[in-house]
Amino acid sequence: MRRTIMTAAGSALAVGSLLAIAGCGAAGQEPEGQSLTVSYIRTDAFTALDTLFQAVKADFETEHPDVTVDLQPVSAADEDYKTRLALSHRSAETAPDVFYQDTTTIRADAEAGYLLPLDDYVAEWEDWSQFSEAAQAAGLGNDGSTYAISLGTDTRALWYSIPVLETAGVTTPWQPETWQDVLDMAEAVQASDPEAVPFMLYAGTGTGEGSNMQGFYQLLYGTELGGDALYDSESGRWVVRSQGFIDALEFVDTVYSEGYSLPADQALDPNVWQSVFGELFPERRLGATIEGSYTPSFWVEGGSFEWPEYADEMGAAAFPTQNGDGPGVSMSGGWTLAIGAKTELPDLAFEFVSMALNFENSLSYVKENSQIAVRADVAADESYLEANPFVGAVTALVEFTNFRPATSEYNQISAAVQNATEAVMTGQATPVEAAAAYDQEVEAIVGPDGIIEK
Amino acid sequence: MPALILLGLFLLGPIVWSIIGSFTDATLTGITATSPDWVGLANYERLLADPDFPLSLWLTIVFTVLSAVVGQNVLGFLIAFAMTRADRRAATLAGGVVIVAWVLPEIVAAFVAYAFFSTDGTLNQLLATVGLEGGNWLYTAPMMAIVLANVWRGTAFSMLVYRAALGEVPPDLIEAAEIDGATGWQRLTLVTIPLLRGTIGTTLMLVTLQTLSVFTLIYVMTAGGPGNASATLPVYAYQEAFRFGSIAFGTAIATVMLVIGAVFSVLYIRILSRAEADR
Repeated sequence: MRRTIMTAAGSALAVGSLLAIAGCGAAGQEPEGQSLTVSYIRTDAFTALDTLFQAVKADFETEHPDVTVDLQPVSAADEDYKTRLALSHRSAETAPDVFYQDTTTIRADAEAGYLLPLDDYVAEWEDWSQFSEAAQAAGLGNDGSTYAISLGTDTRALWYSIPVLETAGVTTPWQPETWQDVLDMAEAVQASDPEAVPFMLYAGTGTGEGSNMQGFYQLLYGTELGGDALYDSESGRWVVRSQGFIDALEFVDTVYSEGYSLPADQALDPNVWQSVFGELFPERRLGATIEGSYTPSFWVEGGSFEWPEYADEMGAAAFPTQNGDGPGVSMSGGWTLAIGAKTELPDLAFEFVSMALNFENSLSYVKENSQIAVRADVAADESYLEANPFVGAVTALVEFTNFRPATSEYNQISAAVQNATEAVMTGQATPVEAAAAYDQEVEAIVGPDGIIEK
Repeated sequence: MPALILLGLFLLGPIVWSIIGSFTDATLTGITATSPDWVGLANYERLLADPDFPLSLWLTIVFTVLSAVVGQNVLGFLIAFAMTRADRRAATLAGGVVIVAWVLPEIVAAFVAYAFFSTDGTLNQLLATVGLEGGNWLYTAPMMAIVLANVWRGTAFSMLVYRAALGEVPPDLIEAAEIDGATGWQRLTLVTIPLLRGTIGTTLMLVTLQTLSVFTLIYVMTAGGPGNASATLPVYAYQEAFRFGSIAFGTAIATVMLVIGAVFSVLYIRILSRAEADR
């Protein structure tokens, strides 16, 4: 009984806030035949998935004339989309049948009972063997069942402007070995052109999870504890009071207090990445930044910020570790397609998913969105390798890339990390104070048994 | 009776859910999303230990006192008072201008305020015409920006109430005071304001409760930032419940807000009943 009460309470809360935040939610339109609802993100800068689904919708409806595919794109930032999706799962009325699902929330959402187990479907799907082992593992829940199917993955690299670095006397191709090398480059650029932004480092809550993936984690995972710097995989506990965390915050502090990055107020704008891709790099006003392997997708023909010269003006390097141990650091994420546990049309939903992820559609999606292919046949395709000059460089980073701990507390921890970097970049706290506040917040989230001192 | 049922369902219902929710560990996702457990006072203990909470509480009080109790209330009264003495057409025009902000849907008003204070916004453009350099107000002075925005948006309500109440003040009382040699200021403070005590109490209560729960305006303008420099309790509750996924903790904050609202209400009801007794 209490469960129902709580679910109702949650939904009441959810509906109220949804109405307040996003206007009326997607009410199910019920045409005469069957309807398959598909929920995903479509923004000015991210249209690749919309292109894919429009194409699949047309094919699917030709094959099933009695079924309407109801595409429900959400124009929102990743975080808001995830919140909205989680809220919509609370009622069968609002839960979509097929949806775009972040790999980091698969385990939590599967535990919550939002996702349909796909084991029986993938067992009979001949294409499944084409998916890499890592990609198959990314879709697993805590119970070992498959809940989602990977659309593609990504890595993070250090992208730099060749003309800006050359002007500052930094030889290219550039491959820094330590954090200090990055700071030295920033100092050189600042000296040669005081107007330029030497090194943009994403941080704070403004850019959400992106500020961790394209910022702080690149630092943290390159400290002494390496891949276990955030979450100790052996004990299954979150790391607190580590020197690496403080060192990484110190780096953030240096970059912002020396004026290497955009000023904190601009860096906290959720849309700052648009000016990085659209203005700073093309106008030769930025030295370097950490960005995803999908970076060229914004500049290619048909991208959001077309810039044909990028192939000659940009360079990509692995982000270095703190003291030069190991080849470098990269973070990987990726999104998947999943099916709602409350769907009334599971078979049709899976057919839609398998159609969207077949060879042709996967190939055109990873090419358009500059994703790293997870299907062996796509990865081997010549047109994939030739999609842009950086495919080889960013795919090489897969070798030492890191994945985030996709536990159910992850989102809260991620927010705590963002709070810590924001406090440092804005000067509200010193790195030591911010790290202490983070430790306290982590303990409040996971309890004293969920943390480990390193 | 049906009214009571409706009232219970739509007013009391959510409050009860919020209080029940705050004693559980319900989250947005994960295993506790569908089967939360009873955790007693754990959320409140966490809240009291959270360094963000006293700050958020303080910001809420600053925001409410400055923008509602002082800003909307005093400014509303002054405009209404000035209107009683102004030329009728001027009064209508002034009233119209003030009401525009109030008539705008909250989300529109919030974007207007955002556009006004943002770096390339109206305020900085106006400052530039007189040769002054503005700044990124939403970043450097977020509390000032949201307080002014809320004053701008909400003053019309107080003004309308006071205008109606001022119309009810018997002119002969004012005239009598005038004949007794009372100055304008004395007539205002010794005759008009005491007569309006009931109205002042009611207005204060309404604008306070409304301002305590302002969310859209702040969320659009600053989203509680930078850092948490403008995260009042409603924004803090939203962040905890939906951004960090801890619905139970968010409802605990909402329950605290409820208590604060109740304290203010009791205070004002006392003022009101005293005003009644004086009559």
